[in-house]
Amino acid sequence: MEISVDRDSCVGAGQCVLSAPTVFDQDEDGLVELTNPRPPAEQERAVRAAARLCPARVISLD
Amino acid sequence: MTTTNPIASQRRDDEIGPPAYPMPRACPFNPPAELARLRASTPISRVALWDGSTPWLVTRYEDVRAVLADRRFSSDTEKPGYPPTSAAQLVRRRDTRSFIAMDNPLHARYRRMLIAEFTVRHIAELRPMVEQVAHELLEAMAARATPTDLVNAFALPLPSMVICQLLGVPYADHDFFQAHSKSLLDITTEPDEALRSDEELRGYLVELVARREAEPTDDLLGRLAERRVRTGALTREEAAAMGRLLLVAGHETTANMIGLGTLTLLSHPEQAARVRDGEPAVVNAAVEELLRLLTVTHFGRRRAATEDVRIGGVTIHAGEGVIAAGEAANRDPAEFAHPDELDFDRETNHHVAFGFGVHQCLGQPLARLELQVAYPALLRRFPHLRVAVPASALKFRDNMVVYGVHALPVAW
Repeated sequence: MEISVDRDSCVGAGQCVLSAPTVFDQDEDGLVELTNPRPPAEQERAVRAAARLCPARVISLD
Repeated sequence: MTTTNPIASQRRDDEIGPPAYPMPRACPFNPPAELARLRASTPISRVALWDGSTPWLVTRYEDVRAVLADRRFSSDTEKPGYPPTSAAQLVRRRDTRSFIAMDNPLHARYRRMLIAEFTVRHIAELRPMVEQVAHELLEAMAARATPTDLVNAFALPLPSMVICQLLGVPYADHDFFQAHSKSLLDITTEPDEALRSDEELRGYLVELVARREAEPTDDLLGRLAERRVRTGALTREEAAAMGRLLLVAGHETTANMIGLGTLTLLSHPEQAARVRDGEPAVVNAAVEELLRLLTVTHFGRRRAATEDVRIGGVTIHAGEGVIAAGEAANRDPAEFAHPDELDFDRETNHHVAFGFGVHQCLGQPLARLELQVAYPALLRRFPHLRVAVPASALKFRDNMVVYGVHALPVAW
């Protein structure tokens, strides 16, 4: 699984950080930061939840 | 359980036209039954508002998410077709409107000035402060005679004190801003009274921002004044409008979740016991489930179509209003099994209580923190807490933009 994020459209709701805190973070401006673009398989469920919960739909999964 | 309901009187007499919205509730803990019927039969259908307009009501979970994520649906309350909540809302001055009623790119410009204040990490740092506020309020409540009103003693002052600390608004002024917030959130408020409340709150916050500009403080309004107003990025009026949005949204919503959520827990003693035990994962799940089940923002999220949009088999034309009914979406059986039950053990609970799309609640980490602290702290301090009046004596906030219970007399 490979993840990408569109920071320009991020609204800083923080849903991704709550869902998958080892993969996503918020930078000092509150915008999404991808800390692990290729997370291990056991993170897949959490990452899919983050993508589904993201209100601005800025998380893409490949 | 039944209750008298002021909304019922707004129903139109003719049986032929679309049903009136908001609809009356038969049970104060459940959304109107009519919403479930529409969701099953005609999930996107017209409803009649107080002003005679007939916007589309969207009731299915997936459709509600689709509407709220679609930028062709505008949040600008002045766009043609925007469904007004009340006559009071229509008279609001344009310059006191905040980014909740704007579209991108303007909305993003303002919101981005605030998101650093509401990150998950920053809000988590506030936990000791929120716990301390809860502790002090509960000790003061314990010293009161019973029955005592939980809303007045705990549910309202907790989020009110917290948002005041965060913003740098003097809590001593709470009678003033709580009264005006209440007036603005009541759909039965007369337009001239709403205008007065609007003006009073505007003046109060403009003056506060001016004081912070002269002497910045280490709080949200202080930082906004120093970094944005002094530098010319924001006018004083703009900063005041942002502060006002956070102040009003920051206490009414959480306060009603504490009040109505406590009432719900007290009628589910086994689940209340699990919250009282305080296992963080259980408390977090309980908070999400109460947010879903109660959906206190119960008049839908409102938008105006700026282009023709085909959604759920219906074409919504440019200039038509849309109400994305989160209160119906959160009970959609296609997304939530046994949707009318309080169930802390759901495998997924992707509710839309905080909305969806670019306008999703900015303060949601703070609301979650407050609720995660409030419920267990209350149930632990008063293990024998009970409602002190018959259920039929409770008055529910049917006329308020944020649903809940007006007062909750409790004993312990």
